[in-house]
Amino acid sequence: MTPRTALATLVLAAPLACAPRASTPPAPTPAPPAAEAPPSQPIPPVAADLTRPPELAPPPALDLPPIVTRQLDNGLSLMIVEQHELPVADFIMLVRTGGEADPSGRGGLASLTADMLDEGTATRGALQIADQAAFLGADLSTSSGWDRSFVSLHTTTAQMDSALALFGDVILHPAFPEADLKRVRKERLTSLLQLEDRGPAIADRVFDEVVFGDRNPYGHALSGTRQSVAAITRSDITRFYGTHYRPNNATLIVVGDVKPDDVERRVRSIFGPWQRGDIPVTEYGPVPPAKGRTIYLVDKPSAPQSSFRIGGVGVARSTPDYFAIEVMNTILGGSFTSRLNQNLRETHGYTYGAFSGFSMRRRPGPFVAEAEIVAAKTDSALLQFMAELKAIRDPVPEDELTRAKQLLQLQLPGDFETTRSIASRLVPVAVYDLPLDFYNEYVGRIGAVTRSDVERVARETIDPDSLDIVIVGDSKLVEPALKALGIAPVERLHFGSPLR
Amino acid sequence: MIEIEARRSVIGALGAAFICVAAGMPAAAQDVPKIPFEKYTLDNGLEVILAPDHSTPVVAVNTWYHVGSADEQPGHTGFAHLFEHIMFMGSEHVPVGKFDSWLEAAGASNNGSTTQDRTNYYEWMPSNALPLALWLDGDRMGYLLPTMDQAKLDLQRDVVKNERRQGVDNVPYGRANETILAALFPKAHPYHHSVIGSMADLSAASLDDVKRFFDSYYAPNNATLVISGDFDRDSAKTWVERYFGKIPRNPQQPPRPSVPSFEIQRDTFMVLEDRVQLPRLYRSWHTVRAFAADDGALDVLAFVLADGKNSRLYKRLVYDMQVAQDVRAFQASMRLDGYFQIVVTPKPEQTPSRMAALVSEEIQRIAAGGIDARELERAQNSILASQIDRLASVLGKSDRLNFYNYFVGTPDYTQQDAERYRKVTAADVQRVARTYLGAPSVVLTVVPEGKTAMMVTAAGGGR
Repeated sequence: MTPRTALATLVLAAPLACAPRASTPPAPTPAPPAAEAPPSQPIPPVAADLTRPPELAPPPALDLPPIVTRQLDNGLSLMIVEQHELPVADFIMLVRTGGEADPSGRGGLASLTADMLDEGTATRGALQIADQAAFLGADLSTSSGWDRSFVSLHTTTAQMDSALALFGDVILHPAFPEADLKRVRKERLTSLLQLEDRGPAIADRVFDEVVFGDRNPYGHALSGTRQSVAAITRSDITRFYGTHYRPNNATLIVVGDVKPDDVERRVRSIFGPWQRGDIPVTEYGPVPPAKGRTIYLVDKPSAPQSSFRIGGVGVARSTPDYFAIEVMNTILGGSFTSRLNQNLRETHGYTYGAFSGFSMRRRPGPFVAEAEIVAAKTDSALLQFMAELKAIRDPVPEDELTRAKQLLQLQLPGDFETTRSIASRLVPVAVYDLPLDFYNEYVGRIGAVTRSDVERVARETIDPDSLDIVIVGDSKLVEPALKALGIAPVERLHFGSPLR
Repeated sequence: MIEIEARRSVIGALGAAFICVAAGMPAAAQDVPKIPFEKYTLDNGLEVILAPDHSTPVVAVNTWYHVGSADEQPGHTGFAHLFEHIMFMGSEHVPVGKFDSWLEAAGASNNGSTTQDRTNYYEWMPSNALPLALWLDGDRMGYLLPTMDQAKLDLQRDVVKNERRQGVDNVPYGRANETILAALFPKAHPYHHSVIGSMADLSAASLDDVKRFFDSYYAPNNATLVISGDFDRDSAKTWVERYFGKIPRNPQQPPRPSVPSFEIQRDTFMVLEDRVQLPRLYRSWHTVRAFAADDGALDVLAFVLADGKNSRLYKRLVYDMQVAQDVRAFQASMRLDGYFQIVVTPKPEQTPSRMAALVSEEIQRIAAGGIDARELERAQNSILASQIDRLASVLGKSDRLNFYNYFVGTPDYTQQDAERYRKVTAADVQRVARTYLGAPSVVLTVVPEGKTAMMVTAAGGGR
């Protein structure tokens, strides 16, 4: 995967939610002005003015499919959306626990647990599971993030029964066979070794360690380290699974060519016997105290580009400033025309792309501005980054604000095009307990964001004087130039050893 | 496995030729749907394909210019892709920067990509923004040059060089692909060089090159415009005529690359040092172009060899013996020619030579004993499911229509494409394994710096 990009922003930054059918008219001030004719009407053959952009009709009204919710006696929640365009369905079993619950010294436990779900059940071996999924033409996968773990299934409705049986088996009856764990652990250890080849991957890890330290869960890596993964045992995994994979800690999202009653019946028969459990509260240790702006340099000899990760602790998903921060970040670094990309790519040509983002989690995740910068321009690029991170705290021009808001508002319908995309839009609704009408309210809430909101959240969340600046690059080349800038002390770090 | 260089790194966006998503249903149970469409040609030669689909209020515009890196001359590698970048820098009536800001204000996303065979430009957006996208695309098709200047070229040259650094030079094993292509295809072959091109050639690109390239290839009669999604047919025709109809055709046919026929005479062994922890083995064979008779069987062979836990190479090397970290196999079928490649990364302490020996054994097993019915069915079902998935979005649909139109001459080919995979037999797979993978190959070993002794020097592995 490539780093954050214009498209990644489109797909990820748009908030997710969905709700009973309602048609909020989008964008109070729609894109290029005024209406010509409704798009469904032929255009009168007037003499064309080809020198100016055409006037557009008002954007189509939002017409979202309703979310049907159900709950089983054991606490398992269902969120069901009908979409009958193709004879397919997507299922996501979402467990509301992820890597932030990794015990100390066991970094990577949540992700290894998820990885192991489809490596063998009480009645099926790993090869059998893979064989059956491929034979059905179904896509079965398991994964985990910071505050969630999930198993997802994409299947045609004709094969839904067989595919759901497989899906249910890996969720309810994983066997975590010792031999398979040994193999999967060895694969993980090798990929952690290979990670050292990639400057951008090193930068991601070092940035998290610097910002969150070793007491807050976000300071460790989701996939663990070679030490922590080597230490994980089968009983760690069975304990993690037994504690967190419980129906009262899960939501099943279903989107596709299905009927809610029929889905509920099938789900009840598979997941009805699943036993509820007591879900422990995750501990969040403190982040390190602010230290003042510092450049952390990691040497990557001969690297033709320097990997920049600049930022600090951001905000939790529950922030009341969610919408203002979305707008502010869109202006700063959330789209192709955002300031960071326009400056570092389209004005200076220092990079293939520069972006920023807030990773909003159950607790405050990082704010980060990032780019891969040609080595010779490492110092010049840092000055431009700092200039933009300072300038975003000033009042933003009205046209820039309007464009960012319209982009966020108008691209939403496209997120509800396929069963897969709808299902992924529902995930945060389930993880963060967003109201079901969140999505219908979204356009209005973005519309209500003002210039002073943007200025305020920029000042509250981005402090140019205390940013952590992580740069992974050829230190022989870049260290003297960075020191000569004199804008922050330069500390050398070594990847893989304790940082603080 | 067509290499695509996109203007922005959003290569997954189209789910095009390089992602095989296993989804959908067994062949017998599920048909790949037909896409309703209408195709016509403007007086200036622009092909137009309209595919209405009102299920979501979004629409995609996707223009394929029939030019790619295969059309580049020696000393100009990477130019088709560099040119793609310049197409976003504004045109006569679109000041620099406005192409993107006008589209974003309308809620539209856009991008482009370049392969060996074609260059595409696409926007996807709420349905009301369709005329804006068409006007912008018309302006750059007809009126790019009046505001073209050295500064636009120089800026995007720097951006593209950074794209190369980010995708090739600063990526482990990043230079393997261009190294293999140069050895696999003879010097006079249009696929001898990579899409991204060399730094030296990018440096040498001039404003005259930009003008010449535009005049040769960027004409309505060298392009196909697809509109897919929620739009009114009559309105769309009116807009297309208005914004594209007056652009003059190119009276001359653009030059087309000639494709020398060739055979690799003997196994070729190469080594490339890189800053990597583990070596990696690449073995490549010359095969056939997309939609040639054996193309589908080669896709199935690739699936049987390396897709999923039960595939031959994965099961033996990664799952059972645990001597490899990963394996990959694919038939790279392009419009003019193709190749087959197997890639294996040995686990620490394992050698590329051992991987080469094991790969040869598994190829031999298929060549001698064939494959079983379950292996064939798994491959067919998964390939058909991925074909259905490519049609899930209007953008994906627009790209498929253009792909079929350019590669086989008609947009209406979803069902025939599915059929060619349904018709593949176990005997076909065995035959192509013998025929193509039994021929001499190009063997590249990428090794950690200073470890050239790890180089594989015999196709069967040796040592």
